[in-house]
Amino acid sequence: MAFEGLAQRLQGTLQKITGKGKISEADVKEMMREVRFALIEADVNLKVVKTFVKTVSERAIGQDVMKSLTPGQQVVKIVKDELTNLMGGEQNPIQFSRKSPTVIMMVGLQGAGKTTSSGKLATVLRKRHNKNPLLVAADVYRPAAIQQLETLGKQLTVPVFSLGTDISPVEIVRQALEKAEKEHHDVVLIDTAGRLHIDEVLMQELKDIRELATPEEVFLVVDAMTGQDAVNVAQNFDDAVGITGVILTKLDGDTRGGAALSIRTVTEKPIKFVGMGEKMDALEPFHPERMASRILGMGDVMSLIEKA
Amino acid sequence: SKTRNQFTSKVNDLVARFRVIDEEFFEELEELLLQADVGFETVMELIDQLKLEVKRKNMKDTAGIQSVISEKLVEIYEAGEKMDSKLNIQADGLTVILMVGVNGVGKTTTIGKLSARLMAEGKTVMLAAGDTFRAGAIEQLVVWGERAGVEVIRQSEGSDPAAVMYDAIRAAKNRHVDVLICDTAGRLQNKVNLMKELEKVHRIISNEVEGAPHEVLLALDATTGQNALVQAQTFKEATNVTGIVLTKLDGTAKGGIVLAIRNKLKIPVKFVGLGEGMDDLQPFDPEKYVYGLFAD
Ligand SMILES: Nc1nc2c(ncn2[C@@H]2O[C@H](COP(=O)(O)OP(=O)(O)OP(=O)(O)O)[C@@H](O)[C@H]2O)c(=O)[nH]1
Ligand SMILES: Nc1nc2c(ncn2[C@@H]2O[C@H](COP(=O)(O)OP(=O)(O)OP(=O)(O)O)[C@@H](O)[C@H]2O)c(=O)[nH]1
Ligand SMILES: [Mg+2]
Ligand SMILES: [Mg+2]
Repeated sequence: MAFEGLAQRLQGTLQKITGKGKISEADVKEMMREVRFALIEADVNLKVVKTFVKTVSERAIGQDVMKSLTPGQQVVKIVKDELTNLMGGEQNPIQFSRKSPTVIMMVGLQGAGKTTSSGKLATVLRKRHNKNPLLVAADVYRPAAIQQLETLGKQLTVPVFSLGTDISPVEIVRQALEKAEKEHHDVVLIDTAGRLHIDEVLMQELKDIRELATPEEVFLVVDAMTGQDAVNVAQNFDDAVGITGVILTKLDGDTRGGAALSIRTVTEKPIKFVGMGEKMDALEPFHPERMASRILGMGDVMSLIEKA
Repeated sequence: SKTRNQFTSKVNDLVARFRVIDEEFFEELEELLLQADVGFETVMELIDQLKLEVKRKNMKDTAGIQSVISEKLVEIYEAGEKMDSKLNIQADGLTVILMVGVNGVGKTTTIGKLSARLMAEGKTVMLAAGDTFRAGAIEQLVVWGERAGVEVIRQSEGSDPAAVMYDAIRAAKNRHVDVLICDTAGRLQNKVNLMKELEKVHRIISNEVEGAPHEVLLALDATTGQNALVQAQTFKEATNVTGIVLTKLDGTAKGGIVLAIRNKLKIPVKFVGLGEGMDDLQPFDPEKYVYGLFAD
């Protein structure tokens, strides 16, 4: 039941074309229908698909494809290039503030992977950036959210600041900042509770934390399996708290991950990391080109090459 | 807003804008459904059937099209056979329910809600903390156990989940509880080893209790797109899933892929999750759900 990739999808159209020599505008149009199918099946938001197909279609009709001897490959190439471009340049490192500590805030829907990604980020901060992070347990709602973060902290031997659940998250963050100052932590990593983007009370709470802590980075953590709704989620979180980047989780699954394109398009914020597993070392930098191939169903060839 | 028993603005808007049923009307309807994650195949099927019906009934304008749309959607969902969305609870003896699904979809929370529900129906319930992997998973289930007032059978983090199930079944039998609900760790369906582990858990349960597990509930996050179909298929192959719990329907996502899942794989949705509280679990009602697909 795995979905066909774009290349397979284009086969049918291409067979009709071979032998005809040149291809017509109508042929391009038919190919664009396949592009649209492939992207929607990959969970790219419909509105994003529309704009995208329009751009690609213009490029295809204007020369590139129509004169080519291998129109199918040309279309795939244009689609992939455009996708890669949209997804942003390579490598977007974590930004650190000039004044210590750098505050990083994790936000997102329930179950997206904020707490797990907080642990993973702490690992990256320590190992690759030589930092001394403090994890802050600011989720007072989910049962055992604090224990979850504390368990991860213990595994990683990264200290976790918590004050239980009978206190407001804003107050927890305030005291955490004091502690960080006193104990010379150069990064403060705040794990917030999952919340719906339409939950006004809880979105206000995030704004309050943001105002108090003036984070350098606000990471929206998004499940790579997200469907059409990804745009609403990203837009609302961005409007409310002003995200600075995205962490795309659970990319070790077999989803195409079209949400990546949707989010990138509506927020114009870079996807900085991808989650590739449940373990604490499974956080990798984002590669636009690989993501483009994946959305199009061309296999994660690059990753495979690198792993070999 | 999910409970309003009529189409909310999106379809009404459409009907108001299009007095006559034409190609463009169908195109916009198609887009509404795609945006609810219904998926291409199902949407195409629906549009084809609608066109036929419109022709058959000789409908010219859009007045009254709403009920035809909802009927057809429910028809696609049911695929010609009604399936009971009631839980298969044994009249006598122990009923075992196994909860499965990918990471973070709401398995543990659903177990908490379901316990409360079964308790309210007068059943005695016990929980098995079968997620021995994720940090804080056992503690999370224990909190839910306390909230619902049910006992949780647990071992330490890192122990063999099959052994936890074995223990829990023993305890459930000894204490003559009516329903044992087993939590499992979230796992992505493409992880072969983890799916094997789940098969093993399933096997232990079948070996220990005749006819068990009586229900295998797959938790699906309504926010998930087309990958949910692959999830349902793979988990069905591994554990013979009997029903779906569609969680997080209190957000703006619609989880429209369940139409295809029910139609193609014959797995009915049994419950919907509408929040993080103990009472936020409701039995699935296809008609209400179909109306909700077009809600804002
Ligand atoms: N396979 C895989 N699982 C992941 C990844 N990131 C997170 N998870 C799992 O997803 C589930 C949810 O992760 P959490 O970190 O608890 O998510 P959260 O956003 O903190 O959840 P809430 O606090 O309830 O909103 C857990 O089972 C994690 O182990 C990933 O990159 N890959
Ligand atoms: N809004 C909303 N949140 C929900 C619902 N069901 C669960 N959640 C939240 O989703 C997050 C993940 O829920 P869990 O029950 O931990 O999910 P899980 O499938 O057990 O996760 P893992 O064991 O890590 O795979 C938690 O923050 C829950 O409170 C629901 O119906 N609506
Ligand atoms: Mg969390
Ligand atoms: Mg769980």
